Amino acid sequence: MSEPPADIATEKVVAGHPAVRALVESFDQQFDFAPGLLKAGENQVCVRVPPDRLLEVMTFLRHDARCRFEQLSDLAGVDYLQFPGATDRFAVVYGLVSLTHNHRLWVKCFVNDPDPKVPSVVAVWKGADWPEREVYDLFGIVFEGHPDLRRILTWEGFGAHPLRKDYPLRGLGERESYPVIGRDHA
Amino acid sequence: MELTGPTGAPGHTGQPAYALTRLDKLLAWARRNSLWPLPYATACCGIELMATAASRFDIARFGAEAMRFTPRQCDLLVVAGRVTIKMMPVLQRIYTQMTEPKWVISMGACCSSGGEFDTYAVVQGIDQFMPVDVYVPGCPPCPETLLEGFMTIQRIINEGRARPSHQRGRGLRIRVEPRSPSQSSATEGGQEG
Repeated sequence: MSEPPADIATEKVVAGHPAVRALVESFDQQFDFAPGLLKAGENQVCVRVPPDRLLEVMTFLRHDARCRFEQLSDLAGVDYLQFPGATDRFAVVYGLVSLTHNHRLWVKCFVNDPDPKVPSVVAVWKGADWPEREVYDLFGIVFEGHPDLRRILTWEGFGAHPLRKDYPLRGLGERESYPVIGRDHA
Repeated sequence: MELTGPTGAPGHTGQPAYALTRLDKLLAWARRNSLWPLPYATACCGIELMATAASRFDIARFGAEAMRFTPRQCDLLVVAGRVTIKMMPVLQRIYTQMTEPKWVISMGACCSSGGEFDTYAVVQGIDQFMPVDVYVPGCPPCPETLLEGFMTIQRIINEGRARPSHQRGRGLRIRVEPRSPSQSSATEGGQEG
């Protein structure tokens, strides 16, 4: 995913973000985290992190004195299938809030078929437990190192991941395949 | 019911002292006027169900005001709202735990047909997986419609002479089999009520 062309004001906002400055100083030589603004939001700074470095970066963001993101306010999955301009299939999006510094940061982690895998951040934020299960359930993205990665919204026998864009709205027969009881059933 | 009997018994006020009837008729009379509904309300239909139970519409007039939240004490299951396939084990278990004889009202469009929720998770009518006696149309049905549903249950009990619900052909003589591939429309059938 490429962010929209950044004008000077945007660059100023992004470069001035204390967490981005900290990331540049610590990680800039190791990978391109492409800082930018979210298309939808004003002053919503977003960085992208490759899955193999995610846990390291998240631990840094949680504990570094300039970042101090104590709270994981959101964790969501996105399926970019047939999305205009998209180069990757899935993203896991983390919304971080620092109560100490009163700043926010979005982190996107892109993964692809056939084996979408992201390290679990439950060790960093305990509240990531159920959101990661939800993303696993609905998108089929596996969170490695999650303590209890089971389905959370659909039932255990459900074989698919229904929020994937290539999953039909009416399902693949899951809603029809259930035992029938009659009046004789006691 | 036929009133008869001696009028000269001790302590008698001049009215007949006893009544003669058939036992099944008496049972049906008792059962249809003492329904114990179990509200299985999962969506906005539950609000209308509550309105039906409240003072303005008052299902106590039909002897059905004693709602209980355990299936062991109920004989009328009112399923009101969307049912997902994940809920079916619960709903079926509740149905099997209810005391005989028992009846089921499928209240509203979602419960009867899935309504507008034509998705992978929502059951497209609970009658696919369990027995239903009365379908109450509406989205949600207004309390008068639900009262008509209660009265239909009373007619079913009366017609069927309160047979145990595991006997086939009880109730009204019109049987609808929505899931049978050979019968796609309402058919006359069933045994004599």
